[in-house]
Amino acid sequence: MSYTEIERQWTTRLRRRFVHLLPPEKLLPDTQPTYVSSWIYVFGVTTLSALVVVIASGSLLALRGPQWWHTSSVGHFVNSLHLWSVEIFFFAMVVHLWGKYFMAAWRGGRALTWMTGVVTFLTSIAAAFTGYVSQTNFDSQWISTQAKDGINATGAGAYFNVLNMGQMLMWHILLLPLAAVVLTALHVLLVRIKGVVPPFEEHVEVNA
Amino acid sequence: MRTKRFRPDVDVAPWKGGHSPYDIIKEGTIALVVVGLLTLVFAVVFGSPDEPAVTIKTWSNATPVDFAVTALSELNQTSGSAMYGAPYNNASVGQKLGPLELAKWVGARVPVNTVRDFVINPLKSLPDQPVLTADLRQWSKASASTRALWLKDYTKASANLKVVNGQVTVSANNAGPVPVFINDLTQMAQTGALDQALVTQSEFYTTNFTLPLLFLADGSYLSNLAQHQHLSGDQWGMMNELGNYPGQAWLWLYTFWYQIPPFNSSANADVLVWGLMMALSVVLLLVPFIPGLRSIPRKTRIYRVIWREHYQGSAEE
Repeated sequence: MSYTEIERQWTTRLRRRFVHLLPPEKLLPDTQPTYVSSWIYVFGVTTLSALVVVIASGSLLALRGPQWWHTSSVGHFVNSLHLWSVEIFFFAMVVHLWGKYFMAAWRGGRALTWMTGVVTFLTSIAAAFTGYVSQTNFDSQWISTQAKDGINATGAGAYFNVLNMGQMLMWHILLLPLAAVVLTALHVLLVRIKGVVPPFEEHVEVNA
Repeated sequence: MRTKRFRPDVDVAPWKGGHSPYDIIKEGTIALVVVGLLTLVFAVVFGSPDEPAVTIKTWSNATPVDFAVTALSELNQTSGSAMYGAPYNNASVGQKLGPLELAKWVGARVPVNTVRDFVINPLKSLPDQPVLTADLRQWSKASASTRALWLKDYTKASANLKVVNGQVTVSANNAGPVPVFINDLTQMAQTGALDQALVTQSEFYTTNFTLPLLFLADGSYLSNLAQHQHLSGDQWGMMNELGNYPGQAWLWLYTFWYQIPPFNSSANADVLVWGLMMALSVVLLLVPFIPGLRSIPRKTRIYRVIWREHYQGSAEE
């Protein structure tokens, strides 16, 4: 195999492109600009950490099936971990979102970072909702019978039946978490590629 | 060479300041440990709610009249499910978003026939019921107009429907097999057999609870319980949770629209609120490209609080 042939390989090209976009020192930086010094930055990493706890506690619940937590005190405790990690996740994510808005974090070619964050937020809402309607208790009965009207009114209810517990559970434990994790990974990679948005320059009006 | 005008809400000047040490792995590890511990503390101190599911058995024993009246509404097709429209049936156009009949266009893709699915089929599953079997045969052979007359007679008399000693009593003399249907279905429900019949109509394995949930939602029992738990729509129920537990607080804006005009009195409230929320979501997504909206952060200067240290340092220089 010639050198040119290796250079043309998809794998070689993809690796080069990836390393060019995200060299190791950007992926795992050991320094950061001095302006990255505020309490608001805590909420991004808190959201990520909460997502890890959400997935870990959800995986524990999955081990014994959807109704285990109704009959086992251990299962109920794992459900409590799942609930509170979700609450922390959303709290941190909403503060993170508002913080990034008031930092105008889309500046400097970071619009895609903002957009992946928003889509992750919306996906997470759907993931949480499908969890609420998959609880197999009074809560899920009430929420699903109420929510059906909103979703049915859009026409989506014909394909996304909130009264079908099996369908909702599948969306909750596979499709939506997968989407949320992939989007989160993409969001974080974009943050690493573009770096953290700098403060507004109040006295400089120079070139873009 | 052409130079672009600097747009403060879009562009950034290259950072020429200093850098400080940053251990991203350590930061992530500490955050994970803190969030893990916080979750643990909340779980230990507050736990989580788990109110058992309502069954048709509990409903029909607790409020048999409500159940019997609901069963009649399924049979005479006046229940919420019977008159719903898509995706369950074609009984109504459904909600409209302006001229758009979204649900109707998609059609009845989750077909529900309340007469067949909620009354006749479950009754057919009861063994050793010679009177009922004869009545079911009479029903199947009757014309639509005859059935309508029976139902009209029974419905008229049902204002005084009572359940005495487990028997549904209604003084309707020309109601054909309807009194037996309502009585037997109520008794079937009280034994728990209807819960099972509704979920296993089509096959042995199932995870689809569309039929029993629709039936439950057509009655008053479930909604009364929810009202008591401050979970109904006009009580901001979409974001509430049982007791004092936090619910889906992130749905506050979605819930908010249902509390105010014109949504709280519109027959198309659901599709209007969904349409509005979809539009707002798109706006949120496209904030970086929307003039005015993307300038708010710069103009409000809240960023000076966020980057307080940076601006204090700049002022000192």
